[in-house]
Amino acid sequence: MSQTSADMNDLKKNVPGELDKHLLNDFQYGFPLESRPFQKIAERLGTTEDIVIDRLNELQNQGAVSRVGAVFRANSIGASTLAAMSIPEARLEDIAAMVSGYSEVNHNYQREHHFNLWFVVTASDEQALNAVLDDIEHRSGLPVMYLPMQEDFHIDLGFDLKWT
Amino acid sequence: MSFVMATSPVKQASESGHNIHLDDIDRKIIQATQSGLALVSRPYDDIAKDIGISADEVIMRMHNMQQYGIIRRIAAVPNHYALGYKANAMTVWDVPDDRIDELGKRVGALEFVSHCYHRPRYLPGWRYNLFAMVHAHTREEALELVSRIAGLLGEDCRGHDVLFSTRILKKTGMRLIS
Repeated sequence: MSQTSADMNDLKKNVPGELDKHLLNDFQYGFPLESRPFQKIAERLGTTEDIVIDRLNELQNQGAVSRVGAVFRANSIGASTLAAMSIPEARLEDIAAMVSGYSEVNHNYQREHHFNLWFVVTASDEQALNAVLDDIEHRSGLPVMYLPMQEDFHIDLGFDLKWT
Repeated sequence: MSFVMATSPVKQASESGHNIHLDDIDRKIIQATQSGLALVSRPYDDIAKDIGISADEVIMRMHNMQQYGIIRRIAAVPNHYALGYKANAMTVWDVPDDRIDELGKRVGALEFVSHCYHRPRYLPGWRYNLFAMVHAHTREEALELVSRIAGLLGEDCRGHDVLFSTRILKKTGMRLIS
């Protein structure tokens, strides 16, 4: 099945075709864990393995799917924390780029607040985590506020996407 | 220079509190899969070959890691932002510590909340102990959802704030092992 031009136009408006909607919404949880997962998905959606792989490749290239694979629980191995900094506007660009430069930093967001930079640091253990945070403080000359998770209240089943 | 560091224990426990021992092979599997599976017919074959085990063993070990909560889920992970959820709001709430478990569970169960965590306060600069991420198409829609959380918390909400993201500077899958 090839995407029709109507489907492609829809995608530009963030309204994917029916098959893509199912690929995006139905496998945020319970992606089959077996030797040929895309074959299994194809059976469930009434299409072929090749088409499922093609569409997922396309969705990944477009950025609609960030990746296909395991979502690991934070802190299940290694150590991680949310961290925040309050950075003067003139220095924000440089320090934000510096923070993003660490391979241990996997999320980094600028937010509208006195604390204007928020990032997640994940390292192999507590010592390695602290070394990165200390290094960021040392290089920026600014304090980092550490807010490690104490309890996770969310039962992670993915997120029900809605196209309106 | 730094704020007081709260300890975050390195957890290797399941939801029910049983411990799981991850060996070198498990770690290699995590390392090989954490940035995503190859989109090919048999995605576990090359991973297995590189590690020197069978694809069935890779799958069995991933199944075990899922049973023990190391793997939360296996998924085609959508990028909310690319799909039109442009308003990303980190909502933060100051609720009584002795009520946070009950309130956190209720907020975490809302279908529009993608993450919900208890985090430490940093007084006097940071009074909020409950974090809930809200994704919406617009700011107006996000603020409507925030008011629903506020309504649910009622008088237990002693203060809250909403931090919209203005730029995503970096977002990659979690690197558990580098």
